[in-house]
This record gives sequence, structure tokens and C-alpha cells, in this order.
Amino acid sequence: MKHLLSTQDLSLSNAIRILDTAEEMSAVGEREVKKLPALRGRTVVNLFFEDSTRTRISFEAAAKRLSADVINFAAKGSSVSKGESLKDTAQTLSAMGADAVVIRHWASGAPHRLAATDWIDAGVINAGDGTHEHPTQALLDAFTMRRHWARLAGTPSEGTDLKGLRVAIVGDVLHSRVARSNVWLLRTLGAEVTLVAPPTLLPVGVEQWPCSVSYDLDQTLANGVDAVMMLRVQGERMNASFFPSTREYSRRWGFDDNRLRALDDLGMTDTIIMHPGPMNRGLEISAAAADSPRSTVLAQVRNGVSVRMAALYLLLSGDSREPAATRAPAYTAPPIKESI
Amino acid sequence: MTSVTSAPVPARVVLSQADIDRALTRIAHEILEANKGSRDLVLLGIPRRGYPLALRLADKIAAADATVDAAAIVGQLDVTMFRDDLSHQGTRPPYPTKLPRTGIDNKVVVLIDDVLYSGRTIRAALDALVDLGRPRIVRLAVLIDRGHRELPIRADHVGKNLPTSSAEKVRVRLEETDTPEGGTPVNEVVIEGGA
Repeated sequence: MKHLLSTQDLSLSNAIRILDTAEEMSAVGEREVKKLPALRGRTVVNLFFEDSTRTRISFEAAAKRLSADVINFAAKGSSVSKGESLKDTAQTLSAMGADAVVIRHWASGAPHRLAATDWIDAGVINAGDGTHEHPTQALLDAFTMRRHWARLAGTPSEGTDLKGLRVAIVGDVLHSRVARSNVWLLRTLGAEVTLVAPPTLLPVGVEQWPCSVSYDLDQTLANGVDAVMMLRVQGERMNASFFPSTREYSRRWGFDDNRLRALDDLGMTDTIIMHPGPMNRGLEISAAAADSPRSTVLAQVRNGVSVRMAALYLLLSGDSREPAATRAPAYTAPPIKESI
Repeated sequence: MTSVTSAPVPARVVLSQADIDRALTRIAHEILEANKGSRDLVLLGIPRRGYPLALRLADKIAAADATVDAAAIVGQLDVTMFRDDLSHQGTRPPYPTKLPRTGIDNKVVVLIDDVLYSGRTIRAALDALVDLGRPRIVRLAVLIDRGHRELPIRADHVGKNLPTSSAEKVRVRLEETDTPEGGTPVNEVVIEGGA
């Protein structure tokens, strides 16, 4: 594995390998010394062209726990605001000796571009590109669900998949890279995914995706689900009227107190409520639901560090590529002047 | 990968199942003797084959000393993340680290591995131990010591000293880790290759 760009091309064995490695990494977080020397001397650049709190901090924490050096780059306040291109930024980082680039970009496909060109010889991890993919978020969601699923089954989670798990992904699917990455990954892992959204917030061609689609959240809940993933209503990308009012959205597609009670009434005691964050409390998720024991929001953040440690470790260890420092040229002794 | 040599690799068995069993029995008694009993004893196997060996040793120690609960003194210590060759070898998946419930602080920890060769795995294990706690004493028991050390490390308990050339390969096959699916279990040590 050289890059982690998308969950669509992630095989089942690779996905399980990342999740299993993350399982070992999570044990490190419970130890006295929360640090491993595995990536000592490697440099990880966090290249963020878009705002982010948890993803950037999570990657930074993951890299530091593996003893890598971290350089944080935010487009705001950098030469990007002077008009520097992605290529020039990448080549600058390459010249500084970056071993891995964690990139978040507003343009879908920017990480692919970085990985496919020879601009930079480093592993590329997609930390969210436009409305395309956010693979590490999907992996940490899958990790959270797998632990939940294994605990219900009473088995250790190592090596298992998500066969039979029913997941509802609810909300702004149109703008959500989290939803896309999750659909592909959960399909690979064998879960059954239902997208629930107003028709205006579903992308064109969604019927081709390996999942079912519903417009009615209450009906989906009544049919039975094991995990409900609420998506953030992405106000910053709402450039048209996708729904009449936030109040109506919240009533029909938000996870409010009534739906929280409905889960209890339906006897679904083991259903978890997930949210990738940041949450719009009161819009897509009510405060009671977000703070209920069903909520895995904080577990997801915690698992995010483990999953990103696993991704960085699997990308940066191993000899699949030329070592960063090429062997020094053989030493040739200077000619010795013959003594007279 | 294509094989360079066309002739079949000569392999000879140097330890049979009974030999391995005898060596482990002796090591178990040596450990008890060196420790003057079973007090504070913790056996940590290094994956993959060190762990089943540690389990076998613990059973033998429990058989010799009735006060010992075999399951309570065995653990597994993963050293993958502490290796010094991570950027040169293929990616290695980490194994779980499982410590006995008593922890390792102020304990007598015996590290257990199958083959002692360069000593680099043991160096990594010592680093891994430091991050987990502070044992009173650390000892090393190996089934095979084949020489060619690259670090100042020696074993306290050795099943068999096996002088080898570095062109040879020493393979330990244990039924816990090396039984092919549907195959018959094997317990043996073989030397492959070389002259």
C-alpha cells in the first residue's frame, strides 16, 4: 500500500488489515507510555487547504504517537493565498523531504492528482477531497461499528467484517464525502447500507450505488437498524434551496428526541447513533441523542487516532519504494601523492 | 518469486518433537532454578513462535510447581513497532501485546523466542518492555541459538546451540503456528540450504 486515496479501491483484505492494525494501535493509547518508535525520523506533512479541527489534530496525534515529525500546513496564511499552485506547493514539500502527505482539499480528486503525478515522491493520504471521499473517516466509522458488532456477538473483533450489520446513513448525502467513503467501505465489509435523505440532497446516479435509498427516516428505523449515522448539514456548501426550512429538515430527517424514544419503543436497545462531527445540535441531531449512551461520537474521535496510526504505519513502513536517502556514492580515496 | 536453484533445497531435521519437548522441560527447570522458585515469574513470548513456546514452558513450570497457575504468568510481547529494520523490510503487521494481569513491574520477566540470531529482535523487545513497565530482572530463553550475533546480547537459557552458516535457514515449525489447514501437526526444527 503506497497511498490511501479512496475506499472504493480498497480490497476486503486490505480494509481488514488496516482495522486489525488499528486494533493494536488502540492498545497503545491505554498504556503509560503512549508512544511507539516505529516512524522515527519520518516526516508527515498535514496539507490542509480546507478548515478542519478533528481530522488535522487526529492525524497530528497519530503521527506523533508513532514518533514521526509533523509539519502542519494550512492554506490560510500561506503562499497559497498568493496564488501558489498545488504543484508548486507539493514540490516545495517534496524538496523538504516529506515522507507522507496528508491532504485535505476543496477540489475532488486533488489527492489523486498528487499521487498520480511525479510532483512528490511520498505516500499520499486523502483526508477529504471536495465532495468525493474521506477514507480515514469511513475506516474509523467501520472500526467503531466493528467493535460494537463484535461486542454484541461476544467475539474479539480482530479479523472480522461487518456481515449482516444494517446501517442507515441519514442527511446531506449530496455534499458528503463521508457518506460516499462509507458506502463503498461498508459494502466491501458486507454491511447493508440504506441512505436516508430528502430527494434534493441525494446525488444524481445514487441508484447505481451499492445501497438502498429511502426518503423516510421513521420507516427506516421501524424496519430495524443497528447503526444510524447522522451527517452534518453542510451549510457552507448549501448554495441552493435544498429544503424549505431547518425546522422542517430537523422534523423529517433529524435525529430528535422522539426518534430516540422510538428506538427504545421498538426494542432496539443495541442500536448506536454515530456522527462524524462537527455536529449541528438541534438540526440533524438533538442534544439528547448526541449525549445519550447510544452515541458513539467521542468513541469515533478516539478511534480516529488509532485508525490513522494504522494508515500511517502501513503506508510508511516497508520497502515498497526506494528509501528516501539513496546510498552514498562509494568512497574513493584521493590519490596519494608519492613522497619523494 | 522464481527459485534460482533447480536442485531441491536440502533440509535436515535437527530437533524432533521429542527433542523440543525435552529441551523445553529442561529450560522450565532451569528457569525455576535460576529464580529460586516461581516467585514473581512472568513469561513473555515474542510473536509468532515465542508465544506458543511460552505457553508450553508455563505448563511445564506449573507441572513442576503446584503453586503456579500457568495461564496467569504468560503473556505476549509484540516488538514489531520497535524494530530497527521497519523501513527496509516488507510491512509487518503488528501482533497484540498481552500482559498477565499482574503486570511486569518488579517481576522477573523471561523473554521467550524460537531462534536467537542477530539479537535485533531481543533489542527491540527490551525497548518494548521499557515502555510497558519496569521489571526487576529480564532474562532470555530461546529454543535455538544459531550464533551470528550483531549485538551484545546472550541467552540465559538455550534449548540447543546450533552452529550454522549464515547462508542456512533455521526453521522452527510448531503445531500451534505452522499446521497447514487440514494438514498434520508438526513440531520440529530443520536447517535448510547452505552447503
